[in-house]
Amino acid sequence: MEKFSTITSRAVPLDEENVDTDQIIPARFLKAIDRQGFGENLFRDWRYDEHDSPKADFILNNDAYKGSILIAGKNFGSGSSREHAAWALSDYGFKVVVSSFFADIFKNNALNNGLLPVQVSNSFLSIMLKKVQQDPAEEIEVNLEKQTITLLRTDESEPFEINPYKKKCLQNGYDDIDYLLSILKKVDAYEKGTTV
Amino acid sequence: MAKTLFDKIWEKHVVDRIPDGPDVLYIDRHFIHEVTSPQAFSGLEQRKIPVLRPEQVFATPDHNVPTMDQHLTIGDRLSRLQVDKLTENCNKHNIQLFHLQHENHGIVHIIGPELGITQPGQTIVCGDSHTATHGAFGTVAFGIGTSEVEMVFASQCLLQYKPKRMRITVDGELNPGVVSKDVILYIIAKLGAGGGTGYFVEFAGSTFRNMSMEARMTVCNMTIEMGARGGLIAPDDKTFEYVRGKKLSPVGAELEKKIEEWSQLYTDEDALFDIEYVFNAPDIAPMITYGTNPGMGIPIDEPVPTNKGEEKSLDYMGFKQGQHLLGMPVNYVFIGSCTNARIEDFRAVAELVKGRQKAPNINAYLVPGSKLVEKQIDDEGIREVLAEAGFTIRQPGCSACLGMNDDKVPKGEYCVSTSNRNFEGRQGPESRTILASPLTAAATALTGKITDVRTLV
Repeated sequence: MEKFSTITSRAVPLDEENVDTDQIIPARFLKAIDRQGFGENLFRDWRYDEHDSPKADFILNNDAYKGSILIAGKNFGSGSSREHAAWALSDYGFKVVVSSFFADIFKNNALNNGLLPVQVSNSFLSIMLKKVQQDPAEEIEVNLEKQTITLLRTDESEPFEINPYKKKCLQNGYDDIDYLLSILKKVDAYEKGTTV
Repeated sequence: MAKTLFDKIWEKHVVDRIPDGPDVLYIDRHFIHEVTSPQAFSGLEQRKIPVLRPEQVFATPDHNVPTMDQHLTIGDRLSRLQVDKLTENCNKHNIQLFHLQHENHGIVHIIGPELGITQPGQTIVCGDSHTATHGAFGTVAFGIGTSEVEMVFASQCLLQYKPKRMRITVDGELNPGVVSKDVILYIIAKLGAGGGTGYFVEFAGSTFRNMSMEARMTVCNMTIEMGARGGLIAPDDKTFEYVRGKKLSPVGAELEKKIEEWSQLYTDEDALFDIEYVFNAPDIAPMITYGTNPGMGIPIDEPVPTNKGEEKSLDYMGFKQGQHLLGMPVNYVFIGSCTNARIEDFRAVAELVKGRQKAPNINAYLVPGSKLVEKQIDDEGIREVLAEAGFTIRQPGCSACLGMNDDKVPKGEYCVSTSNRNFEGRQGPESRTILASPLTAAATALTGKITDVRTLV
């Protein structure tokens, strides 16, 4: 996994609540057997019409908005456990998703792929959405070490929570499997009802 | 100290604790299917490591499979590739596979319990959010992503933060025409689609005690639809009787010893929950959803509510605030999915449609959850009853629940569906899903419009 430190970027404001994983990547695009290429179908049915033409009113089709930060409404990533949702967001180029609330499984999937879910307050989310909608050139800094997210132009900032273990994994590019493989002796002992 | 059932099972499975970090949780049973496992197998190959405990992994292709002519080669190239890849991976890693032609093939959350793989007190995971279904047996069961599937392959463990505890108590008798699906839709409507996020739920009270195992599975299945990691119900004699005699259940003295252990699986009287909800069963009516998340549910005879912020969702559904949905024409009905494709669901449908006829405008997908359910449908004469009423039974699979195969609902059409999600486009691009119980779906199939089953019985 790639190491994560500080990201400074413009953002894409997706002003929708309850964005479920079926919207992020519809089930009919889950037939691949590798992890690549899902970005093409990110938000497929919001992004393209039935003739595969881009829908002009969808935010990803608006050239004014760019960047590696996605700002979305409350309760992002609910529904299916498909990790393809996290893969699609990463593959498209996002490194951070900001919302005021994340679904549990999505949050784990994102973290396991080096995609940082940043949970902010409802009020800060509204400010962020408004600022970026008003000025697409607004820059945002996400500092993992300090655990802060900042609107750089006005220096409005909010701290965010992340578990110390997960933080360390992201900063060092470790994944959980590396750790689990290092304790297989303990697993074996657990199965035998003994301790190491 | 008094403990909840959830705490008892969780603590028994903690292999190690990372300071300031998650628990290392041991996993007893790991179910896999064709859609969320291939990348996990590739991950193992890249690391050149084996599946640590293949005998604890069980596989079935269900999401992507056709529900007609399953004896033929799968027509869709990508679906076939995914199903073939599952077979190849299971052969390579010595994993038991209930392949498409296997007599025990079916939807992963239907076959686990009916084969006795699911047993009280276990930790169970699957790369599928509806893994919560198995909680009906008093298990800690939850859905995981593909990276986590790879972790379980590699170590039979997961790094997990312990969720908070929620108890939902429902007491009393259900009204006629009201079934377990209505109970869970009612609860989700009360708590909202994110109301359970961060929690593991225990369902308690006489209403759940009085439910069959099939009905309890429907309840636990949809726990994820309010955002909760999972939901469980303390096992009792009904649970033990259900497990007894299943193909892979323990037998003889071993089973009796297990039942003794399983009898200790309950929440202590003084145990504390982080949050509690209490509801009355007689308050619950047949429920339908009117929007694009499962929290948007109403009693079938009530109008679409006037809630702020639901305009876009109502626009998608083509509904207006204050509109009554009863009597609205519908052309599609789906009876199936890991929520409602068990024998009890088909028995209830058969009882209602017996001597009646399917409405001519209705396209009905009736999809049993497994080959065993299909066999029971035949053995009990249900196929004939349904055929006389104009219905065809398809072959097992996830089918129109998520529209990965050909069983889709066309653009703009409404479908009264016994599945678990009414998200935009869930049953096909721009399809409109109305979640309901099998009884409501069957009543709708008979009249061709949204129908209160209480007017037909």
